Amino acid sequence: MTFAFWLFAVLTIAGGLAAVLLKNTVHCALALTVAFAGLALLFLDLDAQFAGFAQILVYIGAVAILVVFAILLTRGSETPAEGVFSHNWFAGLAIAAAVFAVLAWAVLASAHVLPHEAATPTVTVAQIGQALIGRYVLPLEIVALLLTAAMIGAVIVAMDEKERAK
Amino acid sequence: MATPLTGFLLVAALLFAIGLAGALTRRNAILVLIGIELMLNSANLNLIAFWRYGPHPEALTGMMFAIFSIAVAAAEAAVGLGLVIQIYRHAKTTDLDLMNRMKG
Repeated sequence: MTFAFWLFAVLTIAGGLAAVLLKNTVHCALALTVAFAGLALLFLDLDAQFAGFAQILVYIGAVAILVVFAILLTRGSETPAEGVFSHNWFAGLAIAAAVFAVLAWAVLASAHVLPHEAATPTVTVAQIGQALIGRYVLPLEIVALLLTAAMIGAVIVAMDEKERAK
Repeated sequence: MATPLTGFLLVAALLFAIGLAGALTRRNAILVLIGIELMLNSANLNLIAFWRYGPHPEALTGMMFAIFSIAVAAAEAAVGLGLVIQIYRHAKTTDLDLMNRMKG
């Protein structure tokens, strides 16, 4: 365990916890950004430079901003008087704890068969680009279609009903 | 590079559980989406970690899976937040405990 790994892991988990637990919704969105940044640093720690910078661009640059816009458009920053957690919060917490217990048990029980030492892979962005237009060209086209459809769909769904009637 | 794969997998599992707890317990629909984003991200961390420690990292399989997963998650966030905004216009709230009717 290196020091960098502990630092990034604590940053990510703290950001995630704050995003889920804070009362003010805008603070939650900012904590979510911290969690995304911690994950990008973990990706960089795993020698996945392209995925790390894609994470920063897509999540911090786009998704976090989108969440902030949605909060401001829905007046979600006002903390409700009856609390921020659902009335059946205990069941949700118990389910999440059970899922974590099962996952951690599975990981720890299989720790001795997981690979521990690995040579640092030398993967350049050019190689990723070659793979994207070579072996993975069909998934790439499908993702392009999906993003276009999602963009049009999001605009139509969020459009004002009076404007749509025009 | 001394961190074992187990460390990354445990961080991903903990982040997944945090996201699941958030999605199941928060009242605000946007916070539920935030929890879902955290779960998707922890899955990406698993994919990248297995890519890094797998026997054939030069095949780029796990990396490609993570990149496509990021793209699909971006589409999901856009549509999900559009739906939340439309529901807010219709019901004047994003509180999921108050949304107990299928008929608008």
